[in-house]
Amino acid sequence: MIETFINITLFAMQVLTALFIVRSKRLFSVVMLSGVFSLLTALFFVALDAVDVAFTEAAVGAGISTVLMLGTIALTARTQKKTAPTGYLPYLVVAVTGAALVYGTLDMPSFGDPMAPAHQHVAPEYLARSVTDIDVPNVVTAILASYRGYDTLGETAVVFTAGIGVLMLLSGLRRRRDEDDVKIVKNKAAKAKDRA
Amino acid sequence: MHHHLILRVVTKMLVGTIILFALYVQFHGDFSPGGGFQAGVIMSVAFILYGIVFGLSQAEVVFPPWLVHKTMALGVLIYGTTGVFSLLLGYDFLDYGAFSPDHPSHGQHWGIFAVELGVGITVTGVMVGIYYAFASRPPPMDDEDW
Amino acid sequence: MDQNIDSLIQWDFIVGHANYWMFIVLMMTGLFIVVARGNLVKKIVGLNIFQVSVFMLYISVGKVSGGTAPIYQVDSQGNLLFDPTIVYSNPLPHVLILTAIVVGIATTSLGLALVVRINEEFNTIEEDELLAIEQEMSAADNKEHGSAMGGRA
Repeated sequence: MIETFINITLFAMQVLTALFIVRSKRLFSVVMLSGVFSLLTALFFVALDAVDVAFTEAAVGAGISTVLMLGTIALTARTQKKTAPTGYLPYLVVAVTGAALVYGTLDMPSFGDPMAPAHQHVAPEYLARSVTDIDVPNVVTAILASYRGYDTLGETAVVFTAGIGVLMLLSGLRRRRDEDDVKIVKNKAAKAKDRA
Repeated sequence: MHHHLILRVVTKMLVGTIILFALYVQFHGDFSPGGGFQAGVIMSVAFILYGIVFGLSQAEVVFPPWLVHKTMALGVLIYGTTGVFSLLLGYDFLDYGAFSPDHPSHGQHWGIFAVELGVGITVTGVMVGIYYAFASRPPPMDDEDW
Repeated sequence: MDQNIDSLIQWDFIVGHANYWMFIVLMMTGLFIVVARGNLVKKIVGLNIFQVSVFMLYISVGKVSGGTAPIYQVDSQGNLLFDPTIVYSNPLPHVLILTAIVVGIATTSLGLALVVRINEEFNTIEEDELLAIEQEMSAADNKEHGSAMGGRA
C-alpha cells in the first residue's frame, strides 16, 4: 500500500514537472526542470529496487545533461519563440498513440507479479549461479561485466562513437580562431613596424 | 568568474572529493551500487566543475584535450584487449575464467575489474571531450547579457 | 448492485496495470513536446522525457513485489550469504537500462551538437523559421538551376 502511495506521489510530481516543461517559454527554466525531472526519476528507480540505475540517472540526468543543455542554450537562444498554432493535430496524435499503448499493456502481467514471464527465463539462473560462478555481491555488476560482457562492449563502443561524432561536429572552428589570432598578431607587428 | 570567491574556494575543496568518490564508485562497484559507467560520469563531473568555475583554459591545463581524446579510445581498447587476451589463453572471448584457471571466480574478479576500468576510462574521456567541444565554441553573447 | 460494479471494474487489474499507464502518460507528454513545440532544444528535452519513461517501463517490468535490490549480503569474512528465502528483483532490466542511460546521454549530446551547428549555419533554432529558410533556398536553387537539371529539385 505504502509503495503504491509513493509511486503515485512521485508520478504526480513528474507529470507536474513535465507539464511545466511544456508550458515554459524560457529555455533556462526548461533545462532546470529537466534536471528536476531526472532526480525524481532516480527516486522512482530506488522505489523500484533499481539502485544502480537510480545512481546512473542521478549522475547523468541531473549532472551532465543539464550542463550540456546549458552549454547549448548559451550558444543558441535563451527563449523559445512563439510557434504558429498547431491546432488539434498534436493532441490527436498523442491520444491515438497513447490509446494504442494502453491497449498493448492490457495483456501484460500485473505490476510486481513474481510469476511474470520476465522472471522465469534467465534471470533466476543469473541470480542463483552468480554466487558460485562470479562471487560478486552486486548481481547487476556481475551480469553487466561478465554474463552480458558482449552487450557492454557494444555500449561502450556506442558511447565512444557518439563522442567522436560530437567532436567532429563541434571542433572545426578552433582552427579558424587560431588563424585569426595569428592574423591579429601579424597585423599588430606590421603596425608596430609602420610606426617605427 | 574571477569575482566569485566562495564558488572558487568551494570548488577547490570539492574537486578532490569528487574524484575520490568516483574512484570509490569505480572500484567498489562489485559490492555496492556503482561501476564503470557511474564512476566515469562522476569523474568527468569533477573536471567539468573545474572548467566551469576556473575557465576552460585552466581545465585544459589540468586535462589537456589531446589526452582526453586518447582516453576516449583507451577505455574501449582495454575492454577489447581483455577479451582478446582470454581468447589467446584458449578460452572464449571475454571468458574471464581464463585469468585464473584453478579458481574461476578469482579470474572473474580480475576480468570484471579490467572491463569496468575500461568502461570508466572511456566514459570519462567522452564526457569531458563533449564538454570541451561545447565550451570551446565562441558564445554569441557575453556573460553580462544573461 | 455493489457487487455488480465491483465485478465490472476489476480493481486488481487496474491496480496491477496503473503503473504502466502512468508511464504512458509521461511518454505522451514527451511525444507532445516533440510534435507540438518548434524549439529544437525543447524538442530534445521532450525526447529525454520520452526516453526516461521507456526506462521506467522496463524497470517496473523487472520489479517483483516484496523483493529487494539484487545485491547479496556479505558476512565478516567476505563470503556471500545466499539466502533463498530473500526475494530479489529481476536484475536483467537494470543492466539493460543502466547502459541505455549512458548511451542516451551520449546520443543527446550528439543531438545538441547538431542544434549548435544548425544555429551557427542558419542563426535560428525554431523549426518553422528553419523550414522557411530551407524553402527559400530550394526556391532560389530551382530558379537558377531548375531548367538545367530537368525540373524542380
